[in-house]
Amino acid sequence: MSEKSTKGIWKVISASSVGTMIEWYDFYIFGSLAMVISTKFFPADNPVAAFLATLGTFAAGFVVRPFGALFFGRLGDLIGRKYTFMATLILMGGATFLIGCIPSYETIGFAAPILVLVLRLLQGLALGGEYGGAATYVAEHSPKGQRGYWTSWIQTTATVGLFVSLMVILVTKSSMTKEAFEEWGWRVPFWVSILMVLVSYIIRRNMHESPLFAKAKAEGTTSVNPIKESFGNKYNLKFVLLALFGATMGQGVVWYTGQFYAMTFLKNIQSIDASQVEILLGIALVLGTPFFVVFGWLSDKIGRKSIMLGGMLLAVLLYRPIYQKMYETTDLSLKQEIAEKMVVIPSSKEVDATKLDSIYTTTKEFTDGTTVEEVKTLHFENGKLMVDDKGKDKVETKITKKINDSDRWTLIFLVFIQVIFVTMAYGPIAAFLVEMFPVKIRYTSMSLPYHVGNGIFGGLLPAISTYLVTTSKDAGEAQFYLEGLWYPIIIAGVSFIIGMIYIDKKINTLHE
Amino acid sequence: MNTIKKYLGIVWILLSAFFAYYIISHFGGKLSSPKMDDLIFGIIMFFILMPLVCTGLAMFGIFSLMGEFDEEY
Repeated sequence: MSEKSTKGIWKVISASSVGTMIEWYDFYIFGSLAMVISTKFFPADNPVAAFLATLGTFAAGFVVRPFGALFFGRLGDLIGRKYTFMATLILMGGATFLIGCIPSYETIGFAAPILVLVLRLLQGLALGGEYGGAATYVAEHSPKGQRGYWTSWIQTTATVGLFVSLMVILVTKSSMTKEAFEEWGWRVPFWVSILMVLVSYIIRRNMHESPLFAKAKAEGTTSVNPIKESFGNKYNLKFVLLALFGATMGQGVVWYTGQFYAMTFLKNIQSIDASQVEILLGIALVLGTPFFVVFGWLSDKIGRKSIMLGGMLLAVLLYRPIYQKMYETTDLSLKQEIAEKMVVIPSSKEVDATKLDSIYTTTKEFTDGTTVEEVKTLHFENGKLMVDDKGKDKVETKITKKINDSDRWTLIFLVFIQVIFVTMAYGPIAAFLVEMFPVKIRYTSMSLPYHVGNGIFGGLLPAISTYLVTTSKDAGEAQFYLEGLWYPIIIAGVSFIIGMIYIDKKINTLHE
Repeated sequence: MNTIKKYLGIVWILLSAFFAYYIISHFGGKLSSPKMDDLIFGIIMFFILMPLVCTGLAMFGIFSLMGEFDEEY
């Protein structure tokens, strides 16, 4: 490739990637700040609003992504890639900024959760349109035989977006008191988005339309009805289904297990201090991200199929041993406590005239340097211990572990391995999807299976897996912490079998 | 390989039917559960995953059975 064309493609890559990364950032700060958001916008004592909160936090944004794929995909195939993904960028940035501006439930009542839900839906729609546009745009600029390498840069954006969201939250938290962050500081990461979107908009504004789309338009061969042509004819629909069940469905669960569920597992099941989790996850993501490009490049040499399916197979086989080891790393029953260092500090908090919380804060130290803070809260009413719905004493226990350096590096390594599976399954997939469909309906055709696989099968994973763990724990199962892995293992397993049998191992050059 | 794909078409159709049966028989009660997390799980299973997997996988199976995936692309 000449120096001029290399320069040109780098410009395309950077302009596309920055915008896509920002959209992922916008999408994930909502997830990372879900706890704070639910306390600000949703009344905990109202089940209807709590229901909205849960839907809004875990599902709504993911579920509408395929609709965004259809809406913006159609636009992209009709009017062009460039203008469409400019529109998705502005929509995402605007929605994110406005989430940071919504007054709390205390100020505007039910309008708050409704506005949050509407803006979250807009975020999902925008992301549904963005990724397909960016991947198609870069792929259509890529030289022959190098699509895997160049589109892999777009593939890094989801992980980088998650990383940047964690870092912005971490920096914001560390620059103010805990009270200030919970009061107004959580809004800062949402506001930061508008600055990033502005920069990206300026960069993208000067870009040209994709050469393949521009040629198709000049020749009058663009589609009149991309949705009908994508899903209304049997020939194309079978490839949409193959892309979903043989690739994106498995890739989606591998992505969300390796990066999002790992974070949930470390924080909620292993009870590790949130800041320590964010740092260790950040390190694993930084170490793993270059492998998107490595596997994208390799897929140009040996084909997409073996790498994508290899990532899924390794995930299916190794998830249980990896999570077993993660759990054991911080299992307090395997550590030796220094009994004389245990400190218990009792305190109490008056809730109202009749209710009182009795709080016992216990600090423990272990020989390997691990420290544990256990906060036990007993709820009293009129001097008597309250009981919950099940007739049990109303006692809450919150454990926070601060882990030592050795455990931290063990966990970084275990998360890093999962990120490698992600890079294998995800690195070559943009090139794979783009090559499956013809130029005139490419944006629409590739966006839908991607967002159903990644957004729905993958995006619902944290909610489904956490539910499976919780119910197993309530049922008293000894290995309850591994139960959440059945969902990704089964989905990735089925996807692996379908991909193995139905996907051609040769790179598809039919739509060059 | 083309014959295997055709037979597997039947497997995918049966699997989609089994999935629907499994969801209805195991998680049917979740939709009327007073517990919020059960209800959310029931909604995800019934209204999002079941329609998606059942219709999609059944269609995939039908295409496979009809020999649509026999040709190289």
